[in-house]
Amino acid sequence: MSFCPQGVSLPAAKERGQLVFLEGLKSCFEVLFKEEPPTGQPSPLQFIREGGSNLKALYEFVRTSLTPSESDSWKCPVLLVDDVSVLLSLGMRPVDVLDFIHYCRATVCSQLKGNVVVLVHSSENSDDTENELVVNALCHQSNLILWAEGLATGYCKDIHGQLKIIPRRPAELSTERDLPRTYQYKIQDRNVTFFARGMSAAVL
Amino acid sequence: MKIAWRYQNLPKMEASPAASSRFGHYYDVSKTLSPELLQSTKWHRFFLPEEISLQPNINICNMTSGYTRLLQSIQRIIYQEGFDGSHPQKKQKNILRIGIQNLGSVLWGEDICCTDNPEDVHSLTKFLYILRSLLRMSLSACIITVPAHLIQNKAIMERVTNLSDTVVALESFIGSERETNPLYKDYHGLIHIHQIPQLNCLICDVSDTKDLAFRLKRKLFTIEVCIRTDYPEGLWYLHP
Repeated sequence: MSFCPQGVSLPAAKERGQLVFLEGLKSCFEVLFKEEPPTGQPSPLQFIREGGSNLKALYEFVRTSLTPSESDSWKCPVLLVDDVSVLLSLGMRPVDVLDFIHYCRATVCSQLKGNVVVLVHSSENSDDTENELVVNALCHQSNLILWAEGLATGYCKDIHGQLKIIPRRPAELSTERDLPRTYQYKIQDRNVTFFARGMSAAVL
Repeated sequence: MKIAWRYQNLPKMEASPAASSRFGHYYDVSKTLSPELLQSTKWHRFFLPEEISLQPNINICNMTSGYTRLLQSIQRIIYQEGFDGSHPQKKQKNILRIGIQNLGSVLWGEDICCTDNPEDVHSLTKFLYILRSLLRMSLSACIITVPAHLIQNKAIMERVTNLSDTVVALESFIGSERETNPLYKDYHGLIHIHQIPQLNCLICDVSDTKDLAFRLKRKLFTIEVCIRTDYPEGLWYLHP
């Protein structure tokens, strides 16, 4: 099982207005080192300049970018956040990060019938309690967790890691398909190949 | 380029690698830069005590002023020397190479090396993120040393690792029980590779070997594979 053998052309999607891309590093550079833009619209990363722990401008950016205008035919938007752990490194408190995600979910999921995908870093025996708090809270709020980690047995050239797919639904709505599943994977240049445990081509 | 320096000393004909006595990059650590080379190269330095009198004019709230000034200085050099494409570089295109020493130490006005409850845990990580944005928007690369052994708050080091492309740690044997371990008698310490870059691609080049040790001789700093058997539990070493 492998994903997207042909790939998706992101520049083309951006041209069509199908993709809105906020590049954090570029935005950060602009908010700190470039002159104030004449529009007066606050930058989504205004908080880096102002200090404090306020992600309101970032949320507003998400809301205005994903809310369709009259002429748009796109429906059911997907918000990808890569990655939330960086916000903590920039001085945001965990509660503000979780509030931001909560507001995004309310707009994207409930109002616009879309999906939110959030990436967080975590590690075993991590000392970063703030980050672990955010990870745990996000896991509890999610319908689906994709948990990628290295192999317990250590590094292997042909198996780069394993992915646990953990559906989270209320017990009464769970079906057989909702049991956690584990796949191992090998990353290639532009593709990832998944296989069941013990079924790596190197082993067979 | 990586292939070129590794093989530059091998004979041109097909021969077994053992035939060559030299392998790898030969760098004489006992030599310093010649004054002529220094004079002909354009370089800049940043010494915080000299900069203290100048007012920073970018506003980054709650960041240690030493870091703010350093960021401002780097951005000024990038702009003035044309590394960001704003005015074309006069001679052949070059990359700005930046070296920052002892980031996180008290020399930068920080206290994360003195206490495990520092006044501001976010200054260092904010600095690294903003530095990364400067490097991303210009033709530059940066190498930073951090006295990690002095930073009590381990969460900070985890975040620093996640904010970096490549992270290498040197663990000295001096003062540790490994100093007298016969397994390590030929070495001065271990090298840990915590992170390798994954720039613009999905995979990275992970080496097969994880146990690397270093030795500092008078002229050479060598890195060698060292088969470790001092793992805390689980590994049995059978001596014939």
